Amino acid sequence: MSTPSPKGRLTRDEVAHLAHLSRLAVSDEELELFAGQLAAVLDAVAQVGKADVADVAPTTHAVPMTNVMRPDVARPSLPRDVVLAGAPAAEDDRFRVPRILGEEA
Amino acid sequence: MSDTLVDFDEVLTRYEPVIGLETHVELGTASKMFCGCSTTFGAEPNTQTCPVCLGLPGSLPVVNAEAIESTIRIGLALGCRIASWSRFARKNYFYPDIPKGFQTSQYDEPLCTAGHLDVELDGETYRVEIERVHIEEDTGKNLHVGGSTGRIHGADHSLVDYNRAGIPLVEIVTRPIPGAGAKAPEVARAYVTELREILLALGVSEVRMEQGNLRSDVNTSLAPIGSLDWGTRTETKNVNSLRSVERSVRFEMRRQAAVLDAGERVVQETRHFHEDTGSTSSGRSKEEATDYRYFPEPDLVPIAPDEEWIEKLRAALPELPAARRARLREEWGLSDTEMAWIVNAGALGLVSDTVAAGATPADARKWWLGELARRANDSGVELTELAVTPEQVAELAGLVAAGTVNDQLARQALDGVLAGEGDPAAVVESRGLAVMGDSDELVAAVEAAIEGNPDVAEKVRSGKVQAIGALVGAVMKTTRGKADAATVKRMLEERLVSG
Repeated sequence: MSTPSPKGRLTRDEVAHLAHLSRLAVSDEELELFAGQLAAVLDAVAQVGKADVADVAPTTHAVPMTNVMRPDVARPSLPRDVVLAGAPAAEDDRFRVPRILGEEA
Repeated sequence: MSDTLVDFDEVLTRYEPVIGLETHVELGTASKMFCGCSTTFGAEPNTQTCPVCLGLPGSLPVVNAEAIESTIRIGLALGCRIASWSRFARKNYFYPDIPKGFQTSQYDEPLCTAGHLDVELDGETYRVEIERVHIEEDTGKNLHVGGSTGRIHGADHSLVDYNRAGIPLVEIVTRPIPGAGAKAPEVARAYVTELREILLALGVSEVRMEQGNLRSDVNTSLAPIGSLDWGTRTETKNVNSLRSVERSVRFEMRRQAAVLDAGERVVQETRHFHEDTGSTSSGRSKEEATDYRYFPEPDLVPIAPDEEWIEKLRAALPELPAARRARLREEWGLSDTEMAWIVNAGALGLVSDTVAAGATPADARKWWLGELARRANDSGVELTELAVTPEQVAELAGLVAAGTVNDQLARQALDGVLAGEGDPAAVVESRGLAVMGDSDELVAAVEAAIEGNPDVAEKVRSGKVQAIGALVGAVMKTTRGKADAATVKRMLEERLVSG
């Protein structure tokens, strides 16, 4: 991830790029608005940097646990009609999605 | 589409290739990586999904222990360092084959790092350094509808089957491999071949390339000979046969040389390989790595394998292919070349099993590389797909060795075995294929041949011993090949020569 921009420097272009990655349609006015709001959020989060953590070990997870695993045993899946009931559209027992413009799977 | 290509040998007069491979292996676990859905291949679409692998809100993943062990075992077999602390990360991207909007993968904390794999090629050893081995999940399968070719261009819409989404997928990444020169395409192929053998020996995957269990992204770049810097690489995606791995490198070397010769720059991009033409074409440039916005997966805790666990897995590793080949070559008394033929024919396991079933190494090798290879080739199938087991081949070789059948009758017995008529001995019995001993029937056939060919018989009597072949042939014909030619010859000689 790119390093956060300096205080207040989140550009419209960066917001547009993020919106594209998130597949969000954002209007020009909103770009302006969000750039300001997101900058404020980043500034707020950046205050974490003020904490003196010289003597603190990095926390990797909120819960201090490791190796939580399950045995490799297959269990029943959902019935297909239930699965496809959640799809915006279905065809041939598959999820139907709009034409894909990205690269081939 | 019609790329200019430079002749392969000419490429090497000016450029030095560097290759690299990222290989994805679907593990053969019973259940998916983060949920209990079955992984059975070929099930009806969307019958092996659940809230976790569909990415439904509120669902929580739990790691498959077997998949972690398999990944560590692969790492150990490749001489990797196993991390004592490893985490999952979310690789965010939008594509309908990933219902969650991200792939659960590993980023900066993979399970295994810094290994190597030695690849033998034409008597030389190439050391391929392994950068990392990590675990992630496979994606769903898209079916593009409406396009004439089934490729994306022109597709109206896509249909997605999520049965494959969430199947454990191990990614094995090499470091760049320089210095292979003209052998670069073959080294790439030999590497994937050897990796496949290791995975088979470990039993962690079915590694059926045609089913997509094993697929490689093949990186190729060229640099002018003597240059200190490497060239810009391209990445040919999802190459799923050994032959295609080799061809894709060869094609990219020829194409990139033409680009560089023209004074242009190679574009860093993903490319698709086309089986029919052996060529590659430009894929769409994918979002840059930084755009995947990797971050640690908050729903999964770290994997921290302790020494005891790792050593237990190490101790349980099977004999690896290179060691096994060396041992068998020694045991069977074969030369390197003879061994290479067996290996290249994909017959090592079959020959080994046939020897284990009682055949001599020479017989086992002769059957599998001779008659059986011919049958497989004629039917367009792999040796392993022939309807004959190593035990049956050993039995057949035993019948020949005991003199029950000769080579020709053995081939007829094989016909019966392949036709599902039973084991060789049963086929010999039911088809009446056993060679005739010194029986009355054979005596009659021998005497009939002499009487029926008085001219020939006379020639033999008068000293032209080589004429006896025609009489042997006559006996073989009347007995429909069931007589033993050496016995027939001896019987004829007794009657015509020794007197």
